[in-house]
Amino acid sequence: MDYITWRSFYTVLVFVLFIGIVFWAYSKGRKKHFDEAAKSIFEEDELKRTKQDDNTKQESKNNE
Amino acid sequence: MSQTNPQQIEYNLKVVRQFTIMTVIWGIIGMALGVWIAAQLIWPELNFDTPWLTYSRLRPLHTNAVIFAFGTSALMGTSFYIVQKTCRTSLFSDKLAAFVFWSWQTVIVLAVITLPLGLTSSKEYGELEWPIDILIALSWIAYIIVFFGTLVKRNTSHIYVANWFYGGFIITVAVLHIVNSMAMPVSFVKSYSIYAGAVDAMIQWWYGHNAVGFLLTAGFLGMMYYFVPKQAERPVYSYRLSVVHFWALISLYIWAGPHHLHYTALPDWTQSLGMVMSVILFVPSWGGMINGIMTLSGAWHKLKTDPILRFLIVSLSFYGMSTFEGPMMSIKSVNALSHYTDWTIGHVHSGALGWVAMITIGSMYYLIPRLWGQTQMHSVRAINAHFWLHTIGTVLYIVALWISGVMQGLMWRAVNAEDGTLTYSFVESVEASYPFWFIRFVGGLFIVAGMLLMAWNGYRTIKAGKPTSETIDVAPREAATPSA
Repeated sequence: MDYITWRSFYTVLVFVLFIGIVFWAYSKGRKKHFDEAAKSIFEEDELKRTKQDDNTKQESKNNE
Repeated sequence: MSQTNPQQIEYNLKVVRQFTIMTVIWGIIGMALGVWIAAQLIWPELNFDTPWLTYSRLRPLHTNAVIFAFGTSALMGTSFYIVQKTCRTSLFSDKLAAFVFWSWQTVIVLAVITLPLGLTSSKEYGELEWPIDILIALSWIAYIIVFFGTLVKRNTSHIYVANWFYGGFIITVAVLHIVNSMAMPVSFVKSYSIYAGAVDAMIQWWYGHNAVGFLLTAGFLGMMYYFVPKQAERPVYSYRLSVVHFWALISLYIWAGPHHLHYTALPDWTQSLGMVMSVILFVPSWGGMINGIMTLSGAWHKLKTDPILRFLIVSLSFYGMSTFEGPMMSIKSVNALSHYTDWTIGHVHSGALGWVAMITIGSMYYLIPRLWGQTQMHSVRAINAHFWLHTIGTVLYIVALWISGVMQGLMWRAVNAEDGTLTYSFVESVEASYPFWFIRFVGGLFIVAGMLLMAWNGYRTIKAGKPTSETIDVAPREAATPSA
């Protein structure tokens, strides 16, 4: 395959891949997963809150 | 403690703190340098008849200081913070992370020394000479190892979208820097590019525009996708759109460079292709902007009370403005008017001061209290004052240069009808620009004043707190993580 043919093929390939990504991203099956991913950055706050409660409990025990 | 909880990991926040402090310091220095050279355009005596302080030497120092010292310190610091938080793990290597910090600061100090001495490879945004280029490459490879090493050892199944943008930025900048910096040294402080003629110009702007696309855009979009949802306390508007946004931006940006070389020796087809690809870029850019701004949908009232959120959201408005303006300016017939005029500089600063600086400042106001064990900044009113100083300064700057830019373009192309000679000499267009350069200078003063306010506010916040030590339990997370 010469250079020009390869480049043309590559351009079409990237275009098809991109359309594939769009369909994949907007497919029904991925919705739940992506919703979870979007919310994932807030989970640490909940974890921290429960952990802080643990810590204060621990500290009060230590004081005793 | 470790017996009851063997899976506890401590985040490395030290390197984030170091980068955060340096971001503010370099921001002040870089922007103050900008004000100084803006003043030199009005009062040339301000170079004090010293070669080291001439405009030609301080201008690359200004661009290096704001892009690579202020902007890149912010990117490195926030990426190390976000990658740890979203992957629920500590950095891949603390020692290597420290190397990234210290080597990068060394690069900047060397820039501060060599550029005023006139040591330059004369490649715009890549002026530093070859020994410094090698240090940049080493620092960047260490950065790649730390960032991607952390992604590999993550305790989550999914890689949050912010990390994709940071990852794209980090890899591409490594490729851009290494290819563009290929040079033949003739001495320790002088080298010549291995490329020649139009190829050299094309490589230079392939580097130059992708530095804009990946460092000043993709990297800061990573910042946006974490700090905007966090500060708004709601998930990003559409995670699916963010995935498409990422792949569209990454696959389209790489061909925009030729629009810097319209009507030059670059082959005509290359110019036209660069123009078309630049115009198409409007689509992913606005997709990302809408995604960021719409994150606030249903919570617009927060803008009334939260100046940090105001910084973040207004930065996205400026991003939308400059990514509309950019594609328009890349159209050859528009470029024929705008190129080499102040319009270009105005466009760059609407992106740099409006988008990059505002998203950075907002993110720093989010980070500083959290890194030093506080719940909020020392003074929220000072954040608000900073917001208005910065916004007014930016608007003064870009409006002044729009007007002077269009005026210069029209004056340069005006010809006398009877004999076709130029209506105005170049010097006449310089003279006509003075009032606008003065407004630009005043805008710059507003911006630096805001940065100084930020430094005071940050200092008070840091003094009142102490470095945060944050740990995370890994065990319960793994149990909760879905196996698929």
